Amino acid sequence: MIGLEIHCQLTKLESKLFCTCKANYREFEPNTNICPVCMGMPGTLPRLNKKAVEKATMIAMALNCKTPHNLGFFRKNYFYPDLPKSFQITQLNLYGPTSIGEQGKVSVEGKDIRIRRIQIEEDPGRLIYEGSSEKTAITLVDYNRAGTPLVEIVTEPDFDNPRQVRIFLNVLSDLLENLGVSDPTLEGAMRADANVSIEGGNRVEVKNIGSFHDLEKAIHFELTRQTSLKERGIEISQETRHWDDKRKITISSRSKEEDQDYRYILEGDIPWVIMDEKSLNAWKKNMPESISSKKERYVAKYGIPGQVADVLSTDKYYSDLFEQAHDDSNAKEIANIITTDLMGLVDTREKREQSKLLPKHLSDLVSMINTGKITKSSAKSALQEIIKTGKSVSDIVSSTGLSKISDEGDLGKIIDEIILQESTAVEQAKQNSQTINYLVGKVMQKTKGKADPSITLNLFKKKIGI
Amino acid sequence: MNLGISAIEYIHGIKNGTITAEEFVAKTIEHIKKVEPKLHAFLSLNDNAIQDARNIDKKIKSGQKIGALYGMPVSIKDNICIKGGKTTCASKMLENYTAPYTATVVSKLQEQDATIIGKTNLDEFAMGVATEFSAFGPSKNPWNTDYVPGGSSGGSAVSVAGLESILSLGSDTGGSVRNPASFCSIVGLKPTYGLVSRYGLVSYANSIEQIGPMGRRVEDVALLLNCIAGKDIHDPTTIDNKSQDYLSGIDAGISGKKIGIIKEMSSGAGLDKTVESVFRNSVSSFEKLGAKIDEVSLDMVEYTVATYYVLTTAEAGSNLSRYDNLRYGYDLDAEGYEYKSYISKARRNFGPEVTRRMILGGFVPSAGFAGRYLLKALKVKSKLKKQIQEAFSKFDYIISPTVPVLPFKFGEKIDDPLAMYLADINTVTANLTGIPAISIPYEIRNGLPVGIQIHANSLQEKSLLQAAYALQSTTKLPEVPL
Repeated sequence: MIGLEIHCQLTKLESKLFCTCKANYREFEPNTNICPVCMGMPGTLPRLNKKAVEKATMIAMALNCKTPHNLGFFRKNYFYPDLPKSFQITQLNLYGPTSIGEQGKVSVEGKDIRIRRIQIEEDPGRLIYEGSSEKTAITLVDYNRAGTPLVEIVTEPDFDNPRQVRIFLNVLSDLLENLGVSDPTLEGAMRADANVSIEGGNRVEVKNIGSFHDLEKAIHFELTRQTSLKERGIEISQETRHWDDKRKITISSRSKEEDQDYRYILEGDIPWVIMDEKSLNAWKKNMPESISSKKERYVAKYGIPGQVADVLSTDKYYSDLFEQAHDDSNAKEIANIITTDLMGLVDTREKREQSKLLPKHLSDLVSMINTGKITKSSAKSALQEIIKTGKSVSDIVSSTGLSKISDEGDLGKIIDEIILQESTAVEQAKQNSQTINYLVGKVMQKTKGKADPSITLNLFKKKIGI
Repeated sequence: MNLGISAIEYIHGIKNGTITAEEFVAKTIEHIKKVEPKLHAFLSLNDNAIQDARNIDKKIKSGQKIGALYGMPVSIKDNICIKGGKTTCASKMLENYTAPYTATVVSKLQEQDATIIGKTNLDEFAMGVATEFSAFGPSKNPWNTDYVPGGSSGGSAVSVAGLESILSLGSDTGGSVRNPASFCSIVGLKPTYGLVSRYGLVSYANSIEQIGPMGRRVEDVALLLNCIAGKDIHDPTTIDNKSQDYLSGIDAGISGKKIGIIKEMSSGAGLDKTVESVFRNSVSSFEKLGAKIDEVSLDMVEYTVATYYVLTTAEAGSNLSRYDNLRYGYDLDAEGYEYKSYISKARRNFGPEVTRRMILGGFVPSAGFAGRYLLKALKVKSKLKKQIQEAFSKFDYIISPTVPVLPFKFGEKIDDPLAMYLADINTVTANLTGIPAISIPYEIRNGLPVGIQIHANSLQEKSLLQAAYALQSTTKLPEVPL
């Protein structure tokens, strides 16, 4: 049995959970995104970021959770250098359901993964080691992250295998991105711990896993380790194990984290938040369309093929482009150009951030293709230029000469050249009509894809007499 | 110049030109220098006080809009932050701590043109009833310096009683404003939880404590409450009081009002006979003022001290854990320390009472014990709240002696925590239930002050101050023997 605890930063929020420092701590020099509140200076009090409650509620709703009538916060007390107040403000269902969500479920390939609980909490600061954490002589603390908003999602132990875990995390990651609450591609924005056990054994918690890829490996390792212990009749003890990133194994944690007593008490400085129907309804209404609903709409309304609709709907970047670029007449073509031509050009967050492409570029490109002004393959070249420069489609087409060559005189000259160069192929083409495609290809190559393919074919046939 | 005038008299003096802020503040500082060696009310003084007062005089002379306090000296308990100044909480742990921001109450006083005269002594982190737990030495009771001034806001009470300040801000977690007010024969109010912003008050037990105004006269305390009450964006637990004026109509009287004597606080073995006798006199005064008196029983009061110490130590254990000799109170050499030796030394800069409560605070909410202590205490708290609400369905006010015992001598109770904690029995109920309560000086018996406590229902401060004002009008107190 496998269960997960996932920490997800609400990276799309403007400010931290309890003060006005920036939620986006990544852009700052160490210890400059701080204030008396997030540093826990004596006498300061937390002011709950209402937007965090709204966004976290959206996550709870999207994961089909129940939301509480009264939202409450608790203090988790422990000592660690990255924790300014020596307690973390978090949530707990100690006196009934008071955390942002509980009892939800997500369907993964037809199997329901139950969500036990979702809670809002603050991230601590960060410790920076010289070398590895075991051998470091100096440990530095950066509090820029301290107090940034997190959502913790705890699943029931419903996963059968590591593959299911990976698919679930992809689904969850797409869902969070689609909700506009988080950018899961940011380093450290989504982190997961796993609870792994096999029949007849105790539960083992695996922590310190850097990526989803490693998570799958760590679970696999842990299952294998536990199975082999069982086969040899050795008891599987309940413990916390850390993932060793270098050796790709789990190692027993020396600290007895599971024994720690957090002495939870109610956070009296944050009054109970009444989750009234009116706010809940308003938030629900503000929620972006779900991925599955988008997909259904793309297929039903525009006749976009299922697989294309799938790709388009799960990636928020693509679906946002699509939504803004398409109208009823060009939806299919827009979908096509995104999923075939654009995809390879903007496949990383860096490329997307640098890209100057706007939705209008796509609709302009499609209309140029439809009116016969450029070829599909020129459209791809134009896309590369647009991403780089952001120039308008018409500028690019005229300045780089991407407009389609359909003039029979111009094409005739090129075809004549090819006939001279490719005499063998010309002879073959006379015997075997398939070879003509090779010759047309040569023309396309020479014109960098600008030649009108059907005119070229007909002209070629005429010239060599087939 | 008489430093013993009330805040209202001071304002009249400024308005009719008989005094200036600068003269009054300068005179006050001169007096402070004279009496401090004896009283030790202050931990630090504002070096710019005279300059601040002079600037306010300039504003007055030039006819600019002037705040409600006209430059009068106000002292601040040293667990309330003022930017750029030390906020020590009377602890070695914060001996060198400089606050990076100003508490909301202090900003409000500055807007109202108060002259902040200095920071006053307290029991370390506001834990105590005598200022004996100050890491920097106790304050002395101006009525008799062999006696404690009460606590934890002892320095604030001494500064007001000793004419070193007209007004003061204290904080009250279990009686820390009212207890020293009673012991030093001044007026002290614990407002409704949420009426006054706690932003900038160093937390001890944050779910029940409030900053409270202290002064020699009830009307002075009403004036100070006017300046500090109301909603603050920095403290989400604050309540919008719609800028209520607590001073206007303070002389309305209490004829026809119903007063309940809290049986469990006003009789029994723990009550000093002298205190009881003074309290009986105050009851006669209330009757003469036209109030209808009856007795009311709150049987949960018996459990309040135990409940109070469970809840406050649990919260203190959390609130004070950041003071770890690392972030604050770092006193190890530049080379640092070895991890294990750190653990044994961590928090050694706390004094004995804070250490005691931190140990309790680690215990009562811990797994396996929370049910027996913390959760039970929360139950008592909610039952007590119900009983209080029932009481206020029958009475306008409920009263008791503020402290069941007379001021005691230094060292008398310091080694007997339980006896010390029992001195809180009459004051903790207001904190546990969030209701306002005030202590009014009523008599001096054998040279020792006795105060009377009045409670009103939540947010009924205006009515509470009217009752206190009425009772004050029946008293005749001697001048403090300085």
